[in-house]
Amino acid sequence: MKLPFFPIAASHMAERVDRLYLGLLLISAFFLALIFLPMLYFLFKYRRGKMLSHRKLKFATWKLEVIWTLIPLFMLLCLFGWAATIYYDEERPPARTLEAFVVAKQWMWKIQHAEGNREINELHVPTGQAVKLTMTSEDVIHSFYIPAMRLKQDVVPGRYVTEWFEPTRPGTYHLFCAEFCGADHSLMGGNIVVMKPADYQAWLNAGRPVDNLAATGEHLFREFGCSGCHQNSTVVHAPRLEGVFGKPVPLQGGAITTADEQYIRDSILLPASQIAVGYSNVMPSYTGRVSEEQLIQLIAYIKSLGNQTPPEETK
Amino acid sequence: MNELAPATHTHTSAPAESYLDEHTVRSWLLTTDHKRIGVLYLISIVFYFLVAAVAVGIMRIELLHPHGTLLLNETYNKLFTLHGVLMVWFFLIPSIPSALGNFIIPIMIGARDVAFPKLNLLSWYLFMIGGGFVLYSIMIGGVDTGWTFYTPFSSTYSNTHVLTMVFGVFIAGFSSILTGLNFIITIHKMRAPGMRWFRMPLFLWSLYSTSIILVLATPVLAITLLLMAVERVWGIGIFDPRLGGDPILFQHLFWFYSHPAVYIMVLPSMGVVSELMAAFTRKEVFGYEWVAGASVAIAVVGFLVWGHHMFVSSQSIYAGMVFSILSFIVAVPSGIKVFNWTATLYQGSISFETPMIYALGFIGLFAIGGLTGLFLAALAVDVHVTDTYFVVAHFHYIMVGGAVMGFMGGLHYWWPKITGRLYPEAFGRLAAIVTFIGFNFTFFPQFVMGYLGMPRRYHNYAPEFQVYHVLSTAGASILGIGYLLPVIYLLWSLRYGKKAPANPWHATGLEWQTTSPPPKHNFDETPVVTGPPYDYTEDFEPKPSGVLHA
Ligand code: HEM
Ligand SMILES: [Cu+2]
Repeated sequence: MKLPFFPIAASHMAERVDRLYLGLLLISAFFLALIFLPMLYFLFKYRRGKMLSHRKLKFATWKLEVIWTLIPLFMLLCLFGWAATIYYDEERPPARTLEAFVVAKQWMWKIQHAEGNREINELHVPTGQAVKLTMTSEDVIHSFYIPAMRLKQDVVPGRYVTEWFEPTRPGTYHLFCAEFCGADHSLMGGNIVVMKPADYQAWLNAGRPVDNLAATGEHLFREFGCSGCHQNSTVVHAPRLEGVFGKPVPLQGGAITTADEQYIRDSILLPASQIAVGYSNVMPSYTGRVSEEQLIQLIAYIKSLGNQTPPEETK
Repeated sequence: MNELAPATHTHTSAPAESYLDEHTVRSWLLTTDHKRIGVLYLISIVFYFLVAAVAVGIMRIELLHPHGTLLLNETYNKLFTLHGVLMVWFFLIPSIPSALGNFIIPIMIGARDVAFPKLNLLSWYLFMIGGGFVLYSIMIGGVDTGWTFYTPFSSTYSNTHVLTMVFGVFIAGFSSILTGLNFIITIHKMRAPGMRWFRMPLFLWSLYSTSIILVLATPVLAITLLLMAVERVWGIGIFDPRLGGDPILFQHLFWFYSHPAVYIMVLPSMGVVSELMAAFTRKEVFGYEWVAGASVAIAVVGFLVWGHHMFVSSQSIYAGMVFSILSFIVAVPSGIKVFNWTATLYQGSISFETPMIYALGFIGLFAIGGLTGLFLAALAVDVHVTDTYFVVAHFHYIMVGGAVMGFMGGLHYWWPKITGRLYPEAFGRLAAIVTFIGFNFTFFPQFVMGYLGMPRRYHNYAPEFQVYHVLSTAGASILGIGYLLPVIYLLWSLRYGKKAPANPWHATGLEWQTTSPPPKHNFDETPVVTGPPYDYTEDFEPKPSGVLHA
């Protein structure tokens, strides 16, 4: 049996996290030495039975106390800065990424690539490109954890959460569920397969369905009857969805929100909760009729309309 | 001449009646004597500790193999839930405050009892009823949510007896609140004449801070569990996202209690260690006011860091940063204490009796636990190691390494006072050393395994982690011996141990001024305090180590 001390680092972020970890180890070693070397020395030197005169200390206690309060405090604040910078970058995906969507459920990971490919408990990604995952859960809280990338994100039902990473080393790495989620929690894992870009392209093409996510979403948009109101309707006054994605939406009551994935999801499931200014509460709720995967497809479709300008409104 | 001595020092010739002299069951179950209630707590928590330890022993055997077949997945989940619930609420939280604190606080401040003796008895009954519900929930099938009861798993998806167990914890919470209230009022109102705040032993400072947390934080736990139960029974959308609820809200509420709760577990230990450092170096604790102040600071700042348990829960990154910086800051007062204890050794007259070995073990393990807390507070590293064995190792270093070592140190230190008997010193030292070695052997590999990516609460795991699990299980068996030894020789001492003198350690503190075991009302006459708490200077005559055998 091997005794490894360090996990494989398969992303740029992993190397940064490892450096911070080593820094923390060094600082810990420093403090441990600072505490335990004098302690061992005192324990030996002042053990009972040695006759030593017992004097009152001569130096001012408070000076020592201030020193050993302020110096560690300063070091800790530096550590905070270091760690927080990496965290900030971990949490903010770059502008251009490959996209995939993850739905967690007891006890599997269902993954859809923006290109339309689907996988279960496996995620194929190329090296050298940032991959952004948008995730949600169908039941309880799970946690999407790739140790080789030093990344983890709880996947919360009712919310979209994101995680991103840029793989640097081809290989197959563990995917774990890190938040306790019931009987088979420890079996809820899989693999992240990192491939060279050309291999990835080949993999993608081999399994690619006819439609990508957005196109599938477009079908759903008609099937569910969304288009009846949101397109070409002369009867119902509903907002057009072209160009909406990512833009601010003024709501009734004065608040302004951003039309992101979460907003669209909420608008489909709980339409009454946020009503855009100028419209009335007539949209039915789709709770129970549309699955998490279909929501993701619908969102992908609306997102794909994001760059278009809405046609002139016909009141 | 010891300045702490009672003003009138009259040891009458007839031996006073000790609090242990009555033997009927009734005299125990209906007692309002804080000493007897302390003993009742002591027996109960040791019982819960043993049950929880058996649960984890089975788990560690199962984990010897990556695909262990001894347990079903569900059984494994129920065992770690049982282990967590019992250890946290029925051992760690009440251990030092309710058992040792109940016994020692009134004597230490020179009072006859706590402020509300009947309330004190009631809180023990609530504690036992709560524990009864927890054990009952095991007997009817168990609970698989983990001690954190995260929603919506606990409120909607778990098919186990969540309500029964949560009800048990809920009731035990009231016991905590009552004990906290009782201690706060006792310490405020019942100190002996002359015992000003800055003449209080540090144990009292730490229990005072602990009590504040008990009173302020526990109601939040009660409300949280109540909301969860309501949701489970009636499906109201508080935490359930399908009904517009927020599952993360539960985590905020839960940790708003449970982070301060980790200080409930460790502050009392810090208090014990301060007492021990003074007694076994024969010196006042270095920077007494700073150590006292650090207790209060930990209690206050400890309320502001709960969000560090939720860095990857999808709370906003700015919230994460605020909680991170506060978590780094709360490490400072803990650091102050460690530095002060080390400085206390300087120019001391140090003897290595059993309690002192436990105290030194505490400092070692607490330092490692605290330093690894920095890794968890450091956002980017926490993202990787949270919910892995790294966290498991960290909180065991604090809670088991810290809190339990402190408890064992205190138990050995006050054992002669509580029982009137001395235990065999050589066995005591052996147990302390075996515990220390076994502990590190068990939990240190878990740090490495955690950084490698081994998630917690896993019943089956990837084969590359096996070597660390095997090490950990081996260590756990040594640790088990370390815990069993005291059970044996302490029980032995009840019958065969030598009779203890009033002050076997030649320590300061009012509790050593009365007989061992103390009389029913603690003191014949109210003592008067005229000086600082650890005044060993004048009485300084180095005694050879092992004074007990003399
Ligand atoms: C002083 C006594 C302490 C105790 C009793 C304690 C106990 C605990 C416990 C029980 C957990 C695990 C929670 C879970 O079930 O996931 C934990 C996690 C944590 N502790 Fe401590 N801790 C202490 C000190 C510290 C210190 C000094 C720091 C920081 C400077 C710290 C930082 C953390 C962090 C950030 C976590 C979150 C880990 C995570 O879940 O990602 N702790 N602690
Ligand atoms: Cu899961």
